[in-house]
Amino acid sequence: MSVLVDKSTRLLVQGITGSEGTFHTRQAVAYGTTVVAGVTPGKGGQSLDGIPIFDTVSQAVLATGANASVVFVPPPFAADAVLEAADAGLPLVVCITEGIPTLDVVRVKAYLRRRGTRMIGPNCPGIISPGKAKIGIMPGHIHREGRVGVVSRSGTLTYEAVDQLTRRGIGQSTCIGIGGDPIIGTNFIDALTLFQADPETDAIVMIGEIGGTAEEEAAAFIRSNVSKPVVAFIAGQTAPPGRRMGHAGAIISGGKGTAAEKVAALRGAGIKVADSPATIGESLASVLR
Amino acid sequence: MKIHEYQAKQVYARFGIPVPRGRVATDPREAGAIARELGGRAVVKAQIHAGGRGKGGGVKIAKSPEEAEAIATSLLGRMLVTHQTGPEGREVRRVLVEETLDIEKEYYLGIVIDRAGECPVVMASSEGGVEIEKVAAETPEKILKFAVDPALGMSPFAARKLAYGLGLRRDAIQGAVGLLSGVYRAFVETDASLVEVNPLIVTKGGAVVALDAKMSFDDNALYRHPELKELRDLTEEEPLEIEASKHGLNYIKLSGNVGCMVNGAGLAMATMDIIKLAGGEPANFLDVGGGATAEAVTAAFRILLSDRNVRAVLINIFGGIMRCDVVAEGVVTAARQVGVQVPIVVRLEGTNVEKGQEILRASGLKFIVADGMKDAAEKVVASVRTSA
Repeated sequence: MSVLVDKSTRLLVQGITGSEGTFHTRQAVAYGTTVVAGVTPGKGGQSLDGIPIFDTVSQAVLATGANASVVFVPPPFAADAVLEAADAGLPLVVCITEGIPTLDVVRVKAYLRRRGTRMIGPNCPGIISPGKAKIGIMPGHIHREGRVGVVSRSGTLTYEAVDQLTRRGIGQSTCIGIGGDPIIGTNFIDALTLFQADPETDAIVMIGEIGGTAEEEAAAFIRSNVSKPVVAFIAGQTAPPGRRMGHAGAIISGGKGTAAEKVAALRGAGIKVADSPATIGESLASVLR
Repeated sequence: MKIHEYQAKQVYARFGIPVPRGRVATDPREAGAIARELGGRAVVKAQIHAGGRGKGGGVKIAKSPEEAEAIATSLLGRMLVTHQTGPEGREVRRVLVEETLDIEKEYYLGIVIDRAGECPVVMASSEGGVEIEKVAAETPEKILKFAVDPALGMSPFAARKLAYGLGLRRDAIQGAVGLLSGVYRAFVETDASLVEVNPLIVTKGGAVVALDAKMSFDDNALYRHPELKELRDLTEEEPLEIEASKHGLNYIKLSGNVGCMVNGAGLAMATMDIIKLAGGEPANFLDVGGGATAEAVTAAFRILLSDRNVRAVLINIFGGIMRCDVVAEGVVTAARQVGVQVPIVVRLEGTNVEKGQEILRASGLKFIVADGMKDAAEKVVASVRTSA
């Protein structure tokens, strides 16, 4: 098993005719994902490699039975695209787009809560269940089917961690990139809940970074709710305060959100935290033994 | 994006928030003239993008237009040092000259996005005029918080709850309720990431006025606020960071001597961390983007190497969808064009990594090829030691 995405996923791509949308649709298909529809307003009736394109998400869902969406729409229109997916009743929307205004995400989340739609991201690489399917922009080939769940606020740092696991022969059940924005659809606790409940996930890698208190909240949650071993890494131990480190959410403000606080909270909850980004795989291997 | 106090007050005024009368001046005579218009007595406030100006000597009261001119002369062109500027300080290029008001009591008002609550939160305190972080640490019970439902906005009851909660005098309640709703509208309608009024004052006459004003905006929302974009003051920013932003690069200058170039923000932070673990000091944060195109790599090289502290460079690219041979070609072209004089350690990982490393070796340029992040960090720190 795996979480969120698998062979039963019927994916719809919002923004399929854009260069990113087209490229990653082909990559997803090549990986084995079932892509059933695309949506680009004004291009309904066209197709991409035989994938039918619709003007609206609800038309696409009605015609194809899509059950998940991925959003490659530019920032000014991305929040609306997520709302459209939720309105069409899709249970899962993965929003890759980086640069959506925070207040837009605040409004989107309030709506998604009422609709019961789960969003992954925004500003994330997406999710992959190795050997089954992927929704997002991560390179499929560095992954390996297995029993470790990975959850991370980062993109390429997640690839780094996954690569370390795969090289040690440790496969992954599902890797979830939750995104680097201050407000996101699915947080660490949500992902940890899914992995804890997944009978085919044995251990969890959690990659956090400076900014906010999501790692501290996750630490408290793990202490009382997660029985599977968790290994963590926190990026940004050398980041200066008050500066946004690339990700909109990666900022130490008012002295809060430092890596040191997060590491202390995680260790306090009995979680193994790798000191170096080069030892994430090694740390996970040590808890599996 | 940060703006100056005088600009924030202009934004406040648009939302009906009472602010002191006054104007900004760039030369002392103008400052004197504004003080004269205001009746002679005035406060002269240095305009820099940093807090702690009062304690740093950047805010002074003038009893006459001549004194206002003298204060402006002493402030303009001076490097003002506060606890937020660093030891070198910031140059004062403008002063705000304002009327003085009879303050009865100072309060604090701020709005930020509560990340955990996923909504704007209004914070108010009867402890105004001091750092709110200090109040939060020492007397957190003195900070009132109200989480605003984004669909409802700032309801009148919420504003009343805060105003009465602060213990404001009766004749100031109505003014405070109006100001609170104005400040919330300003926050939402400008896509602010922070609005702070510290202090918010009640005058002896019962008027509620924003005596100070701080605002910063969500960079991702600036595309829909062209009028706010014009408030950006480039002289307040690091020149290399401005240059980087023109190329779509995310660059932050730091004080170390190991330059680094990485694709992806998380990996870039982790690379800084591992340089430090290996005994070095990162000179910068630099994210060339997930794709790491040849153009981006070339621009990044130029920016990294214009920092004179840089003694060696670490390039850490995890080529996912982007192939390593393409990245390697970009690195070689850029290194040739820029004429690099310092050791460069390259760590490539991902698709076509062998081809990429072969391109680096065959280039004839003296790249140090590393295997893994740890090896890369150790090699770059060692090369700093030998080149120093």
